[in-house]
Amino acid sequence: MIEFNWDWAFAWEVLPLLLDACLVTLQATLFGSILAVVTGLILALLRRSQSKAVAYSAYWWMEFIRSTPLLVQIYFLYYVAPEWGLNMSPMVTGVIALGLHYGAYLSEVFRSGIDGVGKGQWEASIALNLSPYRTYRDVILPQALRSMIPASGNYIIAMFKETPQLSAITLLEMLQLAKIMGSENFRYLEPFTLVGLIYLALSLVASTAVRQAERRFPKEGFTLS
Amino acid sequence: MSEFAIEFENVTKKFGDNVLFEDFNLQIRQNEVVSIIGSSGSGKSTLLRILMTLENIDGGKVLVNGEPLWHRLHNGIWLPADERHLHRMRGQLGMVFQHFNLFPHMTVLRNITEAPIYVLGQSRESARAQAHDLLRMVGLEDKAEAYPAELSGGQKQRVGIARALAMKPSILLLDEITSALDPELVDEVLEVIRKLAAEDAFTMILVTHEMYFAREISDRVCFFDAGKVVEEGPPERIFNQPEHERTRAFLSSFLKAPSSNT
Repeated sequence: MIEFNWDWAFAWEVLPLLLDACLVTLQATLFGSILAVVTGLILALLRRSQSKAVAYSAYWWMEFIRSTPLLVQIYFLYYVAPEWGLNMSPMVTGVIALGLHYGAYLSEVFRSGIDGVGKGQWEASIALNLSPYRTYRDVILPQALRSMIPASGNYIIAMFKETPQLSAITLLEMLQLAKIMGSENFRYLEPFTLVGLIYLALSLVASTAVRQAERRFPKEGFTLS
Repeated sequence: MSEFAIEFENVTKKFGDNVLFEDFNLQIRQNEVVSIIGSSGSGKSTLLRILMTLENIDGGKVLVNGEPLWHRLHNGIWLPADERHLHRMRGQLGMVFQHFNLFPHMTVLRNITEAPIYVLGQSRESARAQAHDLLRMVGLEDKAEAYPAELSGGQKQRVGIARALAMKPSILLLDEITSALDPELVDEVLEVIRKLAAEDAFTMILVTHEMYFAREISDRVCFFDAGKVVEEGPPERIFNQPEHERTRAFLSSFLKAPSSNT
């Protein structure tokens, strides 16, 4: 018979500490997603480049990143990059690893969103002599954005749930802290359960927010400025 | 300025192995209104798309106001046009599309002011004032803040015309602009074109299936068949005494009973 001897006193003791560590998790997710959106957008645009060499390089970069495990990439950046003089804190390493990894996934989302905008919109932009920058910024991306929201949101939530991998490079995020608390007190049940619950709660909030954003977003897109 | 607004010289255009134009020649004078008629697949729309730089050519030359469109002259050598050259050349051309291609996420006003502001560098105020003038001209002054989805097809197309005119082109390309409209909405669009043609300030090329309209406003009508101008001339002659069998066959399918009058 498995026994659950849940210790409320211990749970209440570790919860505030875990919530503090959760800020580290959220920080890594926030900066990681900003980097992912930027690299995803750049990759998506590069893949549409008229230069075959550029388009293929972007494609292979994306394939390479998506076909290697995140943890290997994290280790590589943390343990191998310093040999080339790139010394980064666990947080910076983590943000870069998450950003590049999920940027590769987001690029595919952005690419299909951009492809989903009708040919006529591109042709009208050419006929009006809009620059490529204006075409993307004012015509194509606002219309592509709506179809990008659900998938991008899901990837960012997935990234959030992958942050525990950063404990492998000593980043003191939630899981790392829970492990330390557990080993120091010889009690793992409460810290790990709480970590799971915090992830669950935040993921549910985030996915509801993504659905709301999608629903509220005007069907045709909206104009900036 | 060149005598001709548009010159096609021995132009070749292929789609894969399919040769659409071969040694194609056509000249259009300044401020001439030319209607292009012919069955679908005869290359009418491709002609306009080449001019609007939406389709490249495979051989020959296209001149717009005397300057090569798809080439640039560099020390007397003809090189393929780069994006900068195309950008400069496009300023002389405007196009109205069969399916309008309005920007659905922008108001009518923004649709019209976007390019004048960001391409021509007009101030917001002057671009808006101009847009309101154009909307008045096409009879939609009360629709400035509407979104395209709130307009009828005829209204959308009139916005499409206003949007093209806002860029002050000297050459206006009209690609089957009433083909996607319900019949009762065709006249309100043609009325706007009629006014523009009467101003005599534009070179206009219309690809159209509106034979009566083509007859009424054109200086010249070209009948296209399989990538060739089979017959061209003043509308009275083309419509009343077509010389070629192909032209006759095409027109008779369009202008059944009333074709013999006028």
